[in-house]
Amino acid sequence: MIERIKELQNEAEAAIEAAGGSEALEELRVRYLGRKAELPMMLRGVASLPPEQRSRVGREANIARQALEALIEGRSAQMHAAELDQQLARDTVDVTLPGTPAQPVGRLHVLTAMQRELEDIFLGLGFTVLEGPEVETVHYNFDALNHNPTHPARAKTDTFYVSDQVVLRTHTSPMQVRAMEAHPPPLYVVIPGRVYRPDSDATHTPQFHQIEGLAVDEDITLADLKGTLLAFAKIVFGDEREVRLRPHFFPFTEPSVEVDVSCFNCSGKGFMRDGSRCGLCKGEGWLEVLGAGEVDPNVYAYVPTTESNAPGYDPERVQGFAWGMGVERIAMLKHGIPDLRLYYENDVRFLEQFG
Amino acid sequence: MRVPLEWLLTYCDPGLDVAAIEERLTMTGTKVEAIHRHGVMSADGFVVGAVLSVEQHPNADRLRVCQVDVGPAQPAPGRPASPDGPATIVCGAPNVAAGQRVAVALPGAVMPDGTKLKAAKLRGIPSAGMILAEDEIQIGPGHEGIMVLDALAATGALGPDPRIEPGTPLGEVLPIATEVIELEITPNRPDCLGVYGVARELHAATGAPLAAEPWSEDPGTLGPLLGAEVDVLCPELCPRVTARIFENVRIAPSPPWLKARLTAAGQRPINNVVDITNYVMLLTGQPLHAFDLDRVAGGRLTVRRAHDGEQVVTLDGQQRTLDSEMVLIEDEDGPTSIAGLMGGSRSEVHEGTTRVLMEVANWHGPSIHHASWGLGLRSEASSRFEKGLAPEQCMHAQVVAARLMLELCGATLAPGTVDVGGPFPEPAKITLRSAKVRSVLGVSVSLQREQEILRALGFQAEAAGEDLQVSVPPLRRNDVTREADLIEEVARIDGLERLPVTLPARRGAYGMLSETQRLRRRAVDALVGRGLYETVGWTFCPPTLADRLRLSAEHPWRSHAVELENPLSEDQALLRPTLLGSLLDSAARNSARGNGDLRLFEVGTVFIRDGAPGHDVDSVGVDVAQIAAETGVCERQALAVLLSGRQLPRTWGAAEPPSAGFFAAKGVLEALCDALRVQVDCTDARGRTDLDFLHPGRRALICGGGETIGWIGELHPLVAESYELQSGAGAPAGLELDLSKLLKLAQSAGESRAYSDLISFPELRRDLAVVLGEQVQAAQVLAAVRKAGGSLLADAEVFDVYSGPQVGAGNRSLALSLSFRVSDRTLSDEDVAPVQQRIVAALEELGGHLRG
Repeated sequence: MIERIKELQNEAEAAIEAAGGSEALEELRVRYLGRKAELPMMLRGVASLPPEQRSRVGREANIARQALEALIEGRSAQMHAAELDQQLARDTVDVTLPGTPAQPVGRLHVLTAMQRELEDIFLGLGFTVLEGPEVETVHYNFDALNHNPTHPARAKTDTFYVSDQVVLRTHTSPMQVRAMEAHPPPLYVVIPGRVYRPDSDATHTPQFHQIEGLAVDEDITLADLKGTLLAFAKIVFGDEREVRLRPHFFPFTEPSVEVDVSCFNCSGKGFMRDGSRCGLCKGEGWLEVLGAGEVDPNVYAYVPTTESNAPGYDPERVQGFAWGMGVERIAMLKHGIPDLRLYYENDVRFLEQFG
Repeated sequence: MRVPLEWLLTYCDPGLDVAAIEERLTMTGTKVEAIHRHGVMSADGFVVGAVLSVEQHPNADRLRVCQVDVGPAQPAPGRPASPDGPATIVCGAPNVAAGQRVAVALPGAVMPDGTKLKAAKLRGIPSAGMILAEDEIQIGPGHEGIMVLDALAATGALGPDPRIEPGTPLGEVLPIATEVIELEITPNRPDCLGVYGVARELHAATGAPLAAEPWSEDPGTLGPLLGAEVDVLCPELCPRVTARIFENVRIAPSPPWLKARLTAAGQRPINNVVDITNYVMLLTGQPLHAFDLDRVAGGRLTVRRAHDGEQVVTLDGQQRTLDSEMVLIEDEDGPTSIAGLMGGSRSEVHEGTTRVLMEVANWHGPSIHHASWGLGLRSEASSRFEKGLAPEQCMHAQVVAARLMLELCGATLAPGTVDVGGPFPEPAKITLRSAKVRSVLGVSVSLQREQEILRALGFQAEAAGEDLQVSVPPLRRNDVTREADLIEEVARIDGLERLPVTLPARRGAYGMLSETQRLRRRAVDALVGRGLYETVGWTFCPPTLADRLRLSAEHPWRSHAVELENPLSEDQALLRPTLLGSLLDSAARNSARGNGDLRLFEVGTVFIRDGAPGHDVDSVGVDVAQIAAETGVCERQALAVLLSGRQLPRTWGAAEPPSAGFFAAKGVLEALCDALRVQVDCTDARGRTDLDFLHPGRRALICGGGETIGWIGELHPLVAESYELQSGAGAPAGLELDLSKLLKLAQSAGESRAYSDLISFPELRRDLAVVLGEQVQAAQVLAAVRKAGGSLLADAEVFDVYSGPQVGAGNRSLALSLSFRVSDRTLSDEDVAPVQQRIVAALEELGGHLRG
């Protein structure tokens, strides 16, 4: 009996070693360890053996069975690993093919992206964002902004009219007075929006976008304007930028200034390293970016004092600054966009480059 | 305004180069737009020559061969060294003659147009230079003959004692070169529309001395004038008229220096009298008009308002219709000119004029503005008058004109001056507080410096403690009326360039976006995340849009569109009532350029006349209802989407990815609403004629919060075709939403957010397939299921649709996924079974039965 166990074990071990695949191995498992196989039968028949043989045969048969099980297990794991390797090798792909596309992302329009960047700058400086109507009254667009009755901007060559007293706003400034009517000082707001003037050529489109700024408090100085716009210039055009204020004239600011930012293309030198004239600032070293000034006292006089803005805007008690900047112009400078009309063509090959 | 530098420097010469002058003027508020070179580039090679002899050219009737003494040979770049002695120069001018002193350009000289003169053979005769006519060195327009310097010198036109020896550099005799500064003069500064005004700015900006006012010595007299009268019937439009009479006037060309200055300033010399009026205007900023006194009928001018509808033929031969806000000047024979705009030919100065009536008037700016814009007559004079000149300037111009008339026209000045008008306002007295200067600018300027600046600018300024008592000169009367204006005067000369960099105190100010603004960014970002490109289209649209969109006559987009009074073109005549038009334009443009696979959206304002049916007013941020009441226009923010062609890129995994179409658009809508947590429904809109730009069977209204907030659908094939977009399967589809309403829904959805426990106990999921008549809409089915499901049913969705032989003709099968949940325990099959039975019963009521 014991000999037969050894014989079976040797025979099975040789067969397992020689098995060529997991199917053959499974066959061997059934043949040597299955319900009807000889070794398990022996184990089941142990009880019927004479008592002196029982324990020895039982032990030997058990050892043989466990050894075979372990061997099959090990051989099986070996084979699975090999078969998996083969499978994986067969599954090799051309890794240079393009990936399965996820939904590609879209893009914000460059004007929206620029507007958000500007809004965020001024939000960080403590300003709130307000919006206003694009169809405006002559009162808010001109009168309340201290434009005298013959100011050329009122002409039909310079302003779109919907009716005698209603225009498409020519700037975001009409919201200055609307904002002051609605809120008491201190007031810190920026007003982005679309504006309109009847010009159409390479450097003018009949619609464009501005961001107005207005800060009114007891003691806001022109130096504060300079600081605020310097922060803007550094964030948008780089940390080394400087700003300069140049006297100018606007009916609704006094003093009025135009604000130049030192040219980022030539670092304000006006010429490039190779000695050629800077093409961006045309050798000036400065780029004109916006108009600004201290709010003209006459503008405050157009703000009636009401419940919503009490104590109102008394020009002897409040002062502040305002500016208006062109979003298209700033995006043009920043991104080197050569022609205003590109903004409104919406060619996807343009759109995908920004935002 | 073009200011010849040479002219400017005669009044104020800071001894700076032109770049430094540019910088000082620009930084003090007189912006230099450009610097031009007028005349020759370099004076090298231009000399005085003496014509020794003139012979007929052997080979050309119209050419002469001249021997010209050009002085000793000079080293000049590019000129071949030549021995001393006369130069042979071929000349075509008819007036060249032996004995003349002439202007010569030698080989090597660079002409104003940049060409370098070379020694050349002219019809076989070598010519070593050119004898010059005045136009060739941009002194004047004349090209009939060469300039004869000795003849000019004899009349005094070259100034006292001109050196016209052969070889004298021409630049010492004639103004052949100057820089011209082109200035941007802001509309508040008409005083700088004259060279002397600019000189005063340069004086204040640099501290260099300013020459005495050119009108400080009057050769004439005030008091009554015999021989001419002026009546002013409308003093409110004509605050002042002055007039003087010049007799024995000899009309002749102006001297070269005057012609050169006029030419450099952009004016064309005509004759001495006309040139004097232009020259004086350019110097003082005050326009003048010279009448031939012998042609002023009755020797009397009347200034009056025109009658409404009065017709006048102007100098240019045009008949013009005036109104009573315009002013006419007439003599006894009727109107001779329109005040401030254009003279009449009848009384114009001409070659035979001997008696000149020099009229210098001040006109009401708004009236001139009205007339010049209304009649389309713009001129150097009208652009000065309309800005509002000071009446005091009239006599400035009279004085300078008188000096030049005597000097250049040999005229005699009749005693006396007509002077109608006045008295003029006393100078304004303004207190300038030093403390206020500091508080507005944020930097201090000393009292002494303030005083110095204001005096340099022509103000009187006396110290009074810490303040200045300032008196405003007449030329600045309109511009400087308040302390704020004086602060600007000080700041622009000294202060702006020294400003420190500070930030506002920002007491109580904090910056944040409003809820609506944040939600709008989220909406836009959701669309971008879904692969849509944002476009920015035109606000303007053509009236033909309504036709292209197949809109009925009553459609509010057609009947209540907002029209512009003065559009740039018919294509831009309306303000868009919908974003669809501009999106279609963008899509069509891309499609025509070979990019037909598009996912586009736009956020923008749409406009409709107030009171249009179905358009209530409601918007973001501002009180739009109130504004609509003010303007008659209701504007709202809209968001629109347009999809066309493939919606995903082609790939080796899916060679034909899904195209646009209704459900692609609806997927975008769902993503958008999901991002905003807004619940909307698409309701059947088959019968809605106002959506006829959409496919009749593939369109819906978008409803939320109990009202319609937009539309969605596939474009009608005829609309797609009209924009040359592909139609058919996966046709272009889009949607448009009232963004204000959508964001309002989002805002209220965000307000009531509180935690609910979806985690502690799992949900139980069941799928059902039900066969129903295909007329039963999915929304009906889900509504019935939800109602029957009660509180246990957490969610129900359609996840598959099948129609085909297995479910019978006219039927379809909807596969529903149901999930059940309660918050306090795990549900068992027994809990759900009765609910599921009720759901099945509800489906049966709709005519359905469970499948399989």
